[in-house]
Amino acid sequence: MDKEKKEKKEKIPRQKMPEQEPKARIRNFDEVPLGYSPETAILEAKRCIMCKKPGCVAGCPVDIDIPAFIKLIAEGDFIGAARKLKETNVLPAVCGRVCPQEDQCEKVCILGKKGEPVAIGRLERFAADYERQSGQISIPDKAPSTGRRIAVVGAGPAGLTIAGDLVKMGHDVTIFEALHKSGGVLIYGIPEFRLPKAIVDAEVNFLEKLGAKIVTNFPVGRLKTVDDLFADGFHAVFLGVGAGAPVFMNIPGENFSGIYSANEYLTRSNLMKAYAFPEYDTPIAVGKNVCVIGGGNVAMDSVRTALRLGAENAYIVYRRTEKEMPARIEEIHHAQEEGVQFKLLTNPIEYLGNEQGWVKGMVCQQMELGEPDESGRRRPVPVKGSEFVIECDTVVVAIGTMANPVLQATTPGLAVNKWGYIVINEETGETSRKGVYAGGDIVTGSATVILAMGAGRKAASAIHKYVMGL
Amino acid sequence: MFKIIERKQLSENVVKNVIHAPDIAVKRKAGQFVILMINEKGERIPLTIVDSDSKAGTITIIYQIVGKTTTDLAALKEGDFILNVLGPLGHATEIDNFGTAVCVGGGVGVGVIYPIAKALREAGCNVVSIIGARTKDLLILEEETRAVSHKLTVCTDDGSYGFHGFVSAVLQQMIDAGEKIDRVYAIGPVPMMRVLANLTRPHKIKTIVSLNPIMVDGTGMCGACRVSVAGKTRFTCVDGPEFDGHEVDFGLLATRLQMYSEQERLALERCRCEKNG
Repeated sequence: MDKEKKEKKEKIPRQKMPEQEPKARIRNFDEVPLGYSPETAILEAKRCIMCKKPGCVAGCPVDIDIPAFIKLIAEGDFIGAARKLKETNVLPAVCGRVCPQEDQCEKVCILGKKGEPVAIGRLERFAADYERQSGQISIPDKAPSTGRRIAVVGAGPAGLTIAGDLVKMGHDVTIFEALHKSGGVLIYGIPEFRLPKAIVDAEVNFLEKLGAKIVTNFPVGRLKTVDDLFADGFHAVFLGVGAGAPVFMNIPGENFSGIYSANEYLTRSNLMKAYAFPEYDTPIAVGKNVCVIGGGNVAMDSVRTALRLGAENAYIVYRRTEKEMPARIEEIHHAQEEGVQFKLLTNPIEYLGNEQGWVKGMVCQQMELGEPDESGRRRPVPVKGSEFVIECDTVVVAIGTMANPVLQATTPGLAVNKWGYIVINEETGETSRKGVYAGGDIVTGSATVILAMGAGRKAASAIHKYVMGL
Repeated sequence: MFKIIERKQLSENVVKNVIHAPDIAVKRKAGQFVILMINEKGERIPLTIVDSDSKAGTITIIYQIVGKTTTDLAALKEGDFILNVLGPLGHATEIDNFGTAVCVGGGVGVGVIYPIAKALREAGCNVVSIIGARTKDLLILEEETRAVSHKLTVCTDDGSYGFHGFVSAVLQQMIDAGEKIDRVYAIGPVPMMRVLANLTRPHKIKTIVSLNPIMVDGTGMCGACRVSVAGKTRFTCVDGPEFDGHEVDFGLLATRLQMYSEQERLALERCRCEKNG
């Protein structure tokens, strides 16, 4: 491409995506960003300079052919763009919304060096939404049946991805899910206002049309063990069960009523639709003053849920500063726009309760940043004599999750590390058990949707090789 | 979808359902429970599996009508379906020949103690059962429990049937009489379990209780069911549901069970209004 043409392209500014106004959106659970119009999408797509050696593809954990799908959008072939995406990603409408593109594909976009990168995530979302809304969803070609049966444990991002890949290779795939709905964290964790559940349902539905079988209400480890699955004739098993167990801080008063793990708070609201109580039967505490402890995406999801449920004051309580927060900048920004109050360099050390055993306050310490720790972030240290109380009636603890021990306890010979995460060969996803593979949060600890999907992708080719050699 | 094969009213507000759930029926052991959700808008609630028939592919549950979900469940007829049934969950009861095992059940808790008594009997224990209810009409599973016990005492709080008084008084009499007791299983309302645990503690009789806190997923994911046992936080769904009664903080359990009492009242009123048109 000649220099003049390149300069012209760079003059189109990165297209903004319209959003619900903060004042309006904190009164509903509808999605906040509204998506591109076809005109805006074409304009944004035209910004891409179609690099010969695209850095963006290397930056994508599932190797989407990014310039190819963007080119199709620029040409107005939106359905073609969606099909291109689905060649390598079964969940494009999800990824377009929840992937941290700023740390992946968009981070390495050449346009970002001087100006702003192409809005790859927004374009991905646009193409996937366009296809879904058009109803012209086509089912990709599959390889002929191999006669091999593969069990996938957990219908979250890793499991759905690997199931899609393996079905396309011609295998007979069954996903076993403990909850009553598929999607894993996409359905119980990420709120409606960030990822509408109808979209998750549609992508799961696509996978079923593709040929994957999904069995819900099926707790592997309890109803059947991994060994039972082999005895039932499965040739290989993939474990993508997530890091499902909540972490608490182990400080006094943590079991007072009104104190939730983020898992519980979000599951009640998202999976069980407690925000629509009493139309739905599951209740949730609607606090006046809600404290959410933590600085990640899950904390942002929880605090924004609290606002929408009707909290007068919704706080993020975080022991470091905004700079160290692991949440996506976009999510922090959304929370701030919506009126979330940030109590930074603040660390809870004890909960206070009333006579009914309900939480009424949180004793906190002021922190300051000291020397960098293992994560490279400056370690927060308490300021002596700085204790103070934040009054609150609901608390959500969003400081991470850990491995759920049930599967490991019922699968003899499955090697795990000291935190209970499954040990694998990182290239193949192989565990210490023959024919058993794993990927996603149960291997890495809490990470992102797309990394779990990338793990599913890697294991898919290894499983394919393994079962075809049987 | 899980079909209700049989529905039986055991007392004014206690109902028994036999549900078609073949996989669970095969795997289930005494002490385990299921989480069920009646329909799309329903709540997930835990209920102990009282019995199972692996040939027929069925499990049996017994529940007291206390809130909206149990009211809705009780309204389902034979042939109707329950949308979701998840199980078997929790650890099975540790069953062995422990010698003399006293199985104490109160109210709908008799439904939970019965399968344990049955399993203990099969393991060779001398099973002494004490079951009770507020009044005669509310007593359940008397014949079934009698059939698996070497000795059965029935109590009613109002004296309308059997021993006039609480189940704890019968256990107290046994202890006072110096009878040899190797283990006590106590299952019923929280105050009953607390009283029984306090009764056996000074005599160092191992006392197992089965806890019934609020749950959501039932697989260790949410922590709604956390209880304090020996000063440590435990999750009832994956660490329990049975714990050493001498170590359980019953006060905390009772408090946490009240967490949604206001919403539960509201939901029940709404549900009754709808049902009454």
